[in-house]
Amino acid sequence: MTQWDDMAFDDRMGTVEFRVGERPHIVVDSDICRSCTTKACVTACPANLFAPTSDGGILFNYEQCFECGTCYQVCNSEGALSWTYPDGGQGVVFRHG
Amino acid sequence: MTDVIVVGAGPAGASAALTAARAGLEVVLLERGPFPGSKNAYGGVVYGRVLDDVLPGWYDEVPVQRWVTRRSTMVLTDTQALTVDFRSTAWGEAPYNGCTTFRADFDSWLANKAVEAGAQLVTSTVATGLLVENGVVVGVTTDRPDGDLRAKVVIAADGVNSFLAKQLGLLPKTDAAHLTLGVKEVLSLPREVIDERFGVRGDEGVDVEILGCTRGIAGGGFVYTNKDSLSVGVVVSIDGLAKSGIRPEELIADLKAHPAVAPWVQGAEVKEYAAHLIPEGGYDHLPELSAPGFLVTGDAAGLCLAAGIWLEGVNFAIGSGLAAGKAAAGHVQRDEPLTSYKQDLEGSFVLQDHKRLRKAPGLVLSDRVQQQYPGMIADLVEGMFTVTNPTAKPGVLTLLRRSAKKHGVKLRHLAADGLSGGRTFR
Ligand SMILES: Cc1cc2nc3c(=O)[nH]c(=O)nc-3n(C[C@H](O)[C@H](O)[C@H](O)COP(=O)(O)OP(=O)(O)OC[C@H]3O[C@@H](n4cnc5c(N)ncnc54)[C@H](O)[C@@H]3O)c2cc1C
Ligand code: SF4
Ligand code: SF4
Repeated sequence: MTQWDDMAFDDRMGTVEFRVGERPHIVVDSDICRSCTTKACVTACPANLFAPTSDGGILFNYEQCFECGTCYQVCNSEGALSWTYPDGGQGVVFRHG
Repeated sequence: MTDVIVVGAGPAGASAALTAARAGLEVVLLERGPFPGSKNAYGGVVYGRVLDDVLPGWYDEVPVQRWVTRRSTMVLTDTQALTVDFRSTAWGEAPYNGCTTFRADFDSWLANKAVEAGAQLVTSTVATGLLVENGVVVGVTTDRPDGDLRAKVVIAADGVNSFLAKQLGLLPKTDAAHLTLGVKEVLSLPREVIDERFGVRGDEGVDVEILGCTRGIAGGGFVYTNKDSLSVGVVVSIDGLAKSGIRPEELIADLKAHPAVAPWVQGAEVKEYAAHLIPEGGYDHLPELSAPGFLVTGDAAGLCLAAGIWLEGVNFAIGSGLAAGKAAAGHVQRDEPLTSYKQDLEGSFVLQDHKRLRKAPGLVLSDRVQQQYPGMIADLVEGMFTVTNPTAKPGVLTLLRRSAKKHGVKLRHLAADGLSGGRTFR
């Protein structure tokens, strides 16, 4: 479907400023994800941070996160995600939001 | 101990802090980002008339990109586009109607008004929870060392995910059915090119809302003009998105590649990509707006007026925030009940518009409006505008029946939706 917009996802995320904190503000329990049938986060996370692994789990990196909340809202497995905001001053900084 | 703690320096929080500080209260305005607006993303257009009373002449100093003098609503199919386009020179002069602006600029400007009124803005600080004693909210915990702060009233203006309202059980922990995700690209283009492509000049700007560009996922799209950039994006139901298997950025790519949109964005480069949730539950899903020692305002209370593609959130956040600040002052100074806040909102545009448009989200995001009507309407108009000589012209009713049938629309459903649309938007 995508016709001319072939921007690589990394380049897309490269346009956004992140002040990455040391504490991962979102933690994924991959053991719970292994029994998840929807993998809703994989499709819906606008930053594409949920990578399915070959054993059916999820590899997650918190660093380039918009802090939007979509993942915990669509996740239907209790306890798979522990979700907090990054510490004050850290995380995404929008200039043209 | 302070009088009021306002959590979140978005438009709702800044407005609440402004009225509370002007009433003479001691106000602390907490913001988790390094500056107000740094965490916020929207379309967008700010409809600023709500500021007429509190900040007279606001339009002379608001950090405007362009004044919207042209508004269009577009219906797209893969190969067709139908546009209703309106322009007014009155919208290009004081008191104006709406302006495009970036949240980093706008939110900082508005928060500064609260600071000028005497509020203390504390940035880079997360309110991590509420302090509750005997069922009364008495303050917040923060992520600062020794970070507990006590106050007579806490105002939650912490936006769509409001963890503070969730802690009190006012909002459900998750509510995917009433949330949409907005994703946006800001695309840089020279000013003159934007003027030419959109038929505007000077500081005139354009606002385009689009239906039928989300591959059947409930939602819509938008294109807004800034000074030397465009804001292009889509807003979609998060449930629908998760089930579709389609990635959000693909939807933007589709929109940009559509024959009606591609000429606008040609050659433009992505300057920033952003995403944010929107509460679209409307009047029928409003939470309790107050609890002892506690008020909820703006997106935290689901007060964004949203019908899929037409979004008015900032003005509703400001309207409700101003009222929350006022109610807090009445409570602290004259012991008035915090429930006066809701009564005040019932009498203002905030809840009156919400009540009037309570059916709008359901209608605009319904399967028929999303999946069938765009194609049906586009085919109908294509039929009317296509000259088929030597075959005689079919009547409009025939065309309507034909296009309705082709898109699987029953005429009685069409009539019912037309009626409920008429009632909803009357
Ligand atoms: C894609 C999209 C397009 C939109 N288009 C438009 C439009 O064109 N016009 C329009 O009027 N509206 C639009 N809206 C809606 C509008 O953006 C919102 O309704 C509005 O921003 C709500 O204001 P608010 O102050 O309630 O919340 P927010 O603007 O979300 O502000 C909340 C603030 O609280 C801070 N915060 C949150 N939690 C904490 C905490 N625990 N501690 C400290 N600080 C905290 C955040 O950092 C943020 O600054 C759009 C929204 C989206 C997502
Ligand atoms: S985070 Fe939630 S939605 Fe995603 S894979 Fe794990 S359980 Fe499933
Ligand atoms: S908060 Fe948003 S951007 Fe961050 S991981 Fe979740 S869905 Fe992705």
